[in-house]
Amino acid sequence: MSLLAAAVEPAFLVPTLLLDICFLALLVVVAFAIVRMRSLFGIVMLQGVYSLLSAAWFVTLDAVDVAFTEAAVGAGVSTVLMLSAMLLADRQSTPVPMRRQLGALAVVVLAGAAMLYAVGDMPAFGDVNSPANSYVGMDFMAKTAEEVKIPNVVTAVLASYRGYDTFGEVVVIFSAGLGVLLLLGLNGNSGNWVARPNGQVINDRTAPSAGLYQDNRSEEQRAEAGQ
Amino acid sequence: MSDPDRDLERMLGRDPHVVLRVISKFLIPLIALFALYVQFHGDYGPGGGFQAGVILAASVILYALVFGLKAAKAAFPPRLIRYGMTLGVLLYGGTGVVTWFLGGEFLNYSVLAHDASHGQHYGILAVELGVLVTVTSVMIAIFYAFGSRQPETSNEDW
Repeated sequence: MSLLAAAVEPAFLVPTLLLDICFLALLVVVAFAIVRMRSLFGIVMLQGVYSLLSAAWFVTLDAVDVAFTEAAVGAGVSTVLMLSAMLLADRQSTPVPMRRQLGALAVVVLAGAAMLYAVGDMPAFGDVNSPANSYVGMDFMAKTAEEVKIPNVVTAVLASYRGYDTFGEVVVIFSAGLGVLLLLGLNGNSGNWVARPNGQVINDRTAPSAGLYQDNRSEEQRAEAGQ
Repeated sequence: MSDPDRDLERMLGRDPHVVLRVISKFLIPLIALFALYVQFHGDYGPGGGFQAGVILAASVILYALVFGLKAAKAAFPPRLIRYGMTLGVLLYGGTGVVTWFLGGEFLNYSVLAHDASHGQHYGILAVELGVLVTVTSVMIAIFYAFGSRQPETSNEDW
């Protein structure tokens, strides 16, 4: 679609079109590299690269808000979280035999075909008659200046007109954090627990299962855990 | 941390991460400042509570990565983070309740001041502050939760 637009007005659009094509090509390359790779550390790093590339691409699409979020969440915080999750698990992924991948391949092909089919129904990039650019969206654009009186319509829609939705999003983030804390504990309670059944004190080293695990903590942490 | 080889290296001034430490010491305040800019400039340019919260959390996480989880926990105690998570949601919801008491609908900020558009400004400010506090706290809390589960990784372990 942007190809057509570029043909009409080549002088202005060609540089951004070239950038778009470069970013999308790089995204595909990175995605294939992630699929081919076995080292989880490398995969996590490449996921960060993928997010950063998408953020740069969002900037060329004039979606600076989204680019902000993608760069901070995708490339920054989630890379670190994936790394710390990786430290709890394994460093290498074992190869999956080919016949067990057929089901996944079928799902991916079906989903991709469905998306390609749906592309035909999407409005053209920057179409004035698209649902986003007509109906209620135009009301927000027109009324923000007199009702809310702030220059950034996105903030007005997000915080005021759609305040309920944003409240819901905040609650979702809160519950996500709550869920992680309920599962893992804010301080990481591994190796710090003490149980007192029938007046008998049991901790991680005196528990019957303690012999099954190798204790690879440092002296300092052992002293901390022993209390 | 108590590895004798590393202690010796540090005494001799051969900290392998000295460049990282110096640069991040310079960058972390700038990142935090940028988060505040994104927060309070949200009315005029791109940005807002979500973005600012994540950027602020990223500065704390960078601090924890470079200077250790213990130092980060001393600066941002987990207890504070836990309160922050709920405080932000309460601030957002509380703004809605206040507009109720002032005679408007839930989250109708126009009743917050005599002039409707001023009310909108105050409301958006309060609500975005709530978003900032919750997002920052949740991001740091999730990082603490994952990061505290294992002993510190030594340089050779990577």
